[in-house]
Amino acid sequence: MRLGLVAVPVAFFGLFFAYPVAAIVVRGLKVDGVWQFGRLWEVLGESDIRHVLWFTTWQALASTVLTLLIALPGAYVFARFDFPGKQVLRAVVTVPFVLPTVVVGTAFLALVGRGGLLDELWGIRLDTTVWAILLAHVFFNYAVVVRTVGGLWSQLDPRQEEAARMLGASPLKAWRRVTLPALAPAVAAAALMVFLFTFTSFGVVQILGGPTFSTLEVEIYRQTSEIFDLSTAAVLTIIQFLAVGAILAVHAWTVRRRESALRLVDASVTARRPRGAGQWALLAGVLAVVVVLLLLPLAVLVQRSLDAPDFGYYRALTSADGGVFLVAPIEAIGNSLQYAVVATLIAVLIGGLAAAALTRRDAGRFVRGFDALLMLPLGVSAVTVGFGFLIALDEPPLDLRSTWILVPLAQALVGVPFVVRTMLPVLRAVDQRLREAASVLGASPWRVWREVDLPMVRRALLIAAGFAFAVSLGEFGATVFIARPDNPTLPVAVARLLGRAGELNYGQAMALSTVLMVVCAVALLVLERLRTDRTGEF
Amino acid sequence: MAKSPHGPQSPQSPQSLLSLEGATVRFDGRAALDAVDLDVAEHEIVCVLGPSGSGKSTLLRAVAGLQPLDAGRVSLDGRDQAGVPAHKRGVGLMFQDHQLFPQRDVGGNVAFGTRMHGASKSEQVDRVRELLDLVGLPGAARRAVASLSGGEQQRVALARALAPRPRLLMLDEPLGQLDRSLRERLVVELRELFGRLGTTVLAVTHDQGEAFALADRVVVMRDGRIAQTGTPLQVWQRPVDEFVARFLGFDNVVRGTVVGEAADTPWGKLPVGEGAAQGTRTLLVRPAGVRLVAADAGLRCTVAARTFKGTHVAVHLQPEDAPRLEAACALRDAPEVGDAVGVEFDATEIVVLD
Repeated sequence: MRLGLVAVPVAFFGLFFAYPVAAIVVRGLKVDGVWQFGRLWEVLGESDIRHVLWFTTWQALASTVLTLLIALPGAYVFARFDFPGKQVLRAVVTVPFVLPTVVVGTAFLALVGRGGLLDELWGIRLDTTVWAILLAHVFFNYAVVVRTVGGLWSQLDPRQEEAARMLGASPLKAWRRVTLPALAPAVAAAALMVFLFTFTSFGVVQILGGPTFSTLEVEIYRQTSEIFDLSTAAVLTIIQFLAVGAILAVHAWTVRRRESALRLVDASVTARRPRGAGQWALLAGVLAVVVVLLLLPLAVLVQRSLDAPDFGYYRALTSADGGVFLVAPIEAIGNSLQYAVVATLIAVLIGGLAAAALTRRDAGRFVRGFDALLMLPLGVSAVTVGFGFLIALDEPPLDLRSTWILVPLAQALVGVPFVVRTMLPVLRAVDQRLREAASVLGASPWRVWREVDLPMVRRALLIAAGFAFAVSLGEFGATVFIARPDNPTLPVAVARLLGRAGELNYGQAMALSTVLMVVCAVALLVLERLRTDRTGEF
Repeated sequence: MAKSPHGPQSPQSPQSLLSLEGATVRFDGRAALDAVDLDVAEHEIVCVLGPSGSGKSTLLRAVAGLQPLDAGRVSLDGRDQAGVPAHKRGVGLMFQDHQLFPQRDVGGNVAFGTRMHGASKSEQVDRVRELLDLVGLPGAARRAVASLSGGEQQRVALARALAPRPRLLMLDEPLGQLDRSLRERLVVELRELFGRLGTTVLAVTHDQGEAFALADRVVVMRDGRIAQTGTPLQVWQRPVDEFVARFLGFDNVVRGTVVGEAADTPWGKLPVGEGAAQGTRTLLVRPAGVRLVAADAGLRCTVAARTFKGTHVAVHLQPEDAPRLEAACALRDAPEVGDAVGVEFDATEIVVLD
């Protein structure tokens, strides 16, 4: 039964992840039919590469710490406070996460770069410092922490903290001793995600890093597309693979040690209006961060897209005359939505099966190892996934190059870890004896899942689906390799427009990004609505 | 175990509904259930009594099919249950902390089992009403589970377990979390209810009062094995060994040498009645058999403590060089702490254990 649950995700990952990655490694490391493993040390010995490794690591660490510091208060506010416009704001903070990295990079450049808003106002420029990269990373990952940690936080029973207060703990101490340990798995999961995203950051660093700062991912891309040194790119991929594997192994170990059955309550009963000056100040502070850090770059983006008379940039989108594409850029919206829906279905199915298989605490070593394996596509560069698809799935036995399913498959691959990460903590927190109670009352294993697990994880499932959908919509690194010229997705279209010189192309890119942002925002709002409607069912 | 489970000859007597033969469950090599044999007849109420960790919950889980056996077998109605999953065994289990489904209301919880067995909507509604009436919560079907008091939750859990008409109802510490007066009232209600319905019940508890009040037959467990089986009266009157005696709350247990109708113990010579097993034995002296007399007669003791027990006073006595003794005496006869008293023993309240 368990094996059956695992079989489908394993087959999926074998076929669409391991096989392409193997193909690219072979392509890179095998020269004239002979393995050249010595290349590993050769490449590691180069001081440039060592510098890239060092920078990749420390900027990821710094970004993670900064994101946690800034986003944890936000997670608390979203989990525990009720305030007007909360639903909208929750969707708003998620939008950055799904924006194409290239667009975010450009938006931050417009904000803190030469001639940017800060430059105009106060003559401040950050684009030559690492701060631009760190802030952009916080911008991206704010939602990861708010969603992952806040989702669980809103379901923690506040009475646990009250019990600690009655035992003489100060509010801060009660939080540190009771809530923090309960949140630890979610915080660890969120921190790991942020670390992985920033460790493999591509578009942001590409644009804001200039010649000074380069991550492994940028270096892999540079070696692949500029220097055409596939061998070095493959070696760098292997190094990144190993580093990510090590991080994930540590993570799987800590998660297993920390996860415990929690008392979960309905999220709607835990949130209330802020009380007292301190809580209002906290809410105001979080709102200020959201406005300055998240909304301002988006506002600059929108402002730039409107920087032509009569919505000129938008009107240009409907015409295929530009020459960049075979079709009008506006058609990318339909493509993106279709791909994203299919990718979400695949990701939820595969991720749901995997999470169900991983739920049991007595899961064997094999299954636990699989947990870490599922995270690998997150850590391995999206560029590698896309490139691997391109060279591995274009010949028998698997020739999918000409089918549209290739794009959703690649996007689902990136979405599955989100589904698993979001659902697993909640699934594991469901008391095993509730399942047993249902079983003794005559429910088959499948019905136990439907009657006990599903109602409890419905929230998490919807959040996971939303994540998968949003990730597919914004996915760029892999899609850019496999999207066909006549069927571009939104981010691919944006990147192509940005790659062209000229104000019209730049403006169109801004306009299309704005459209993508609106599509994401609407999709997320629908999801939020769906979620509130379902709360309290049964 | 060599017998075919499908053989025509059922190894146990036909009237026994549940039968365990050599049932063994090991956790990390340690036997939580160690070759347990147990039969429960139809309409019988059996209570498994034991301290925590004695394997009594594991016993229930093994019967329910939630815990696979490492050896031995569980039979229901003479049929071996090996390979039969929990949801097909047709037994009910009431969990220690009820485990009501938090996202369903009371009616949804009670109807769950009948729904799983394919009952129609109207059948479910009827059954829910019937059972809520039965457990004394009429009209509670729409209430949220979170709004229930502990006693109400217990009743809902009972109604939920009874609703699919299980052939065997199992209760895991059924009244464990409730306050004493509620517990004492509910145990009587349960006994009446099960008698009326003719339910076959296997309950586990660590509370001897609960077990004695509820059960037709008591099974005392220790370290995964059955230490003693018998009616409440049998177990109370003749505990088989020191463990059972001490678990039942008897502390006057002492080693002694039985010769004829007397035993030589640190407390002096104790009368043991006719036909007592001879030689070195463990003896139990029930507190009622410790009579207080004048200080210059019998075993000389000092009163170390006294506790009021409602119907009597428990007097803790310290002999000069022997283990402490507990005596039960009427309130008006009870000596003060520090008093010197003499002690004599009553043969009818002394049991030679092994």
